[in-house]
Amino acid sequence: MPRKRVSPWGEAWRRFRKHRLAVASAVVLSVIILAVLLGPLVWRVPIDEIDFSVRLEGPSWAHPLGTDDLGQDLLARMLYGGRISLAVGFAAMLVAVLLGTLVGSVAGIASGRVDAFLMWLTDLFLSLPELPLLLLVIYLFRDTLRSLVGAELGVFILIVSVIGGFRWMPVARLVRAQFFSLREKEFVEAARALGASTPRLVVRHILPNALGPVIVAATIDIAAAIIAESTLSFLGLGFPPDIPTWGRLLFDAKDNLDFAPHWALFPGLAIFLTVLTINFVGDGLRDALDPRRVV
Amino acid sequence: MKHTNGGDSRLLEIDGLKVHFRTDDGWVRAVDGVDIGIGRGETVCVVGESGCGKTVTAMTVMKLIAMPPGKIVAGQIRWQGRDLVPLDAEGMRAIRAKEIGIVFQEPMTSLNPVYTVGEQIAESLRLHEGLSKRAAIERAVEMLKLVHIPNPQRRVHDYPHQFSGGMRQRVMIAMALACGPKLLIADEPTTALDVTIQAQILDLLNEMKDRLGMAVMLITHAMGVVAETAQRVVVMYAGKVVEEAPVIELFGNPRHPYTQGLIRSIPRLDLAAVKKERLEAIPGTVPSLLNPPPGCRFAARCRYAMAQCTEAEPPLREVAPGHKVACVL
Repeated sequence: MPRKRVSPWGEAWRRFRKHRLAVASAVVLSVIILAVLLGPLVWRVPIDEIDFSVRLEGPSWAHPLGTDDLGQDLLARMLYGGRISLAVGFAAMLVAVLLGTLVGSVAGIASGRVDAFLMWLTDLFLSLPELPLLLLVIYLFRDTLRSLVGAELGVFILIVSVIGGFRWMPVARLVRAQFFSLREKEFVEAARALGASTPRLVVRHILPNALGPVIVAATIDIAAAIIAESTLSFLGLGFPPDIPTWGRLLFDAKDNLDFAPHWALFPGLAIFLTVLTINFVGDGLRDALDPRRVV
Repeated sequence: MKHTNGGDSRLLEIDGLKVHFRTDDGWVRAVDGVDIGIGRGETVCVVGESGCGKTVTAMTVMKLIAMPPGKIVAGQIRWQGRDLVPLDAEGMRAIRAKEIGIVFQEPMTSLNPVYTVGEQIAESLRLHEGLSKRAAIERAVEMLKLVHIPNPQRRVHDYPHQFSGGMRQRVMIAMALACGPKLLIADEPTTALDVTIQAQILDLLNEMKDRLGMAVMLITHAMGVVAETAQRVVVMYAGKVVEEAPVIELFGNPRHPYTQGLIRSIPRLDLAAVKKERLEAIPGTVPSLLNPPPGCRFAARCRYAMAQCTEAEPPLREVAPGHKVACVL
């Protein structure tokens, strides 16, 4: 009798495959990620080669995505900028998920006063107006960090921590809610009856069961962080001009929209496609990992 | 305290235990002065209807009661002579699974869905015996074989959702027994199972007890289960012990009206089929444990109740060797 071992993750993968849009999105997203990772190795045009003879030209064989006002190749800049945009997205998501999981777990297992305080903190952060504060924080700390770890890394750390620092609250609430229901489950009681300590209960028994919704939230968070980075860059508060993230490219392109629409079109399309596919993948993951929805 | 059964080598002695729970309406006296003794290798059944404090008593022995709202107000829980009540969390963890194992009522939700059953059986072995992962899994295979799960080598790598209810309860028993505890607490282990599976699980418990020589504290509300497994029976009502006797004595000569009622309410297929008689039930419900009535707590439902029953609480007295009852009759 041939029989396969069906792990919960295997089961989730089986359900994910049924979601066609999510699978297609995962493929497109993988292509985008591979392109920004490997693209610069194949398309070896430098991102900062200035050539005024080809200013603001549309797509051609020499420059598949056209050029900007300094005659720099946009494909090269897009591929390089994609790395930064995606890296910011993933890193900010990690910050948000780790912080949110930590706060949510502590609140969920401690309950009582600790929980009340942490939830008060969460509500406080939720009620803060995000954009003005982002601007303020970046304005205050940009120069300090720049002198400390260099311009590029400094801005990266600042933007990642600022975006992540404003996105952990939904994760914390989610994790706390999961903890409240999971800690009453019989298997947690059973593990306690086997002599497991509280940290062990949390790490081995409660957290893995709370992970599904967190993964879904994390996926959506990547998309939100990419958008947030674009917004900051578009407002001129993100990366410096020599680091062409997708948002920065849009910012630079906006003054030339009339005669070089391609300049704004391609970065915009890249952001749109990335965020859209990530959201579809998140949707598929929700179907696959959320036990309340049966396919 | 004098004991007539089990000799002087008592494994567990619950002495005057009172466990109360704080609610918005006041303190609920879930367990209100319970004495239970269990000797080595003995099977003691604790019976009573829902809400009479059986499970709270068992959970308190393992110190698995949430405190607060729960509180051990009085009493001792002596494990091999050592009181567990003042023991800290660290000390309690060393007792759990290693000394006292527990099997819960609900096998469908008592296993963690994200780990294989082997990993879960291995967990207590790794916690208490410090076995390596490989050695622990090998022991888990042996344990699965011991509880008669077919193809243990293969099943050890299966996840809980691939097991039926009865099989999961076998896994739970394997988990509880993996470290070789001296006492197994089984909290209504068959309630959630089909009737045919119930008998198998009870047989398994009896077999495990004979093989491993441990004591069993079986909590149940089914008198049929009691008759089948127990050596000694403790009948609880509204947070108190009302009768305690060896099993044959209890069924042959039940003294407390509540015990008599429980025994009469066992369905008898022969009578039911022939006479179409209605099953006898005990009228009324368990009194509120928030403000228990003075005197005997069963008085309101008792067919023999007298004036003195509602005045003073009848103490537990010995009416025959090993047979104690808390009734004036």
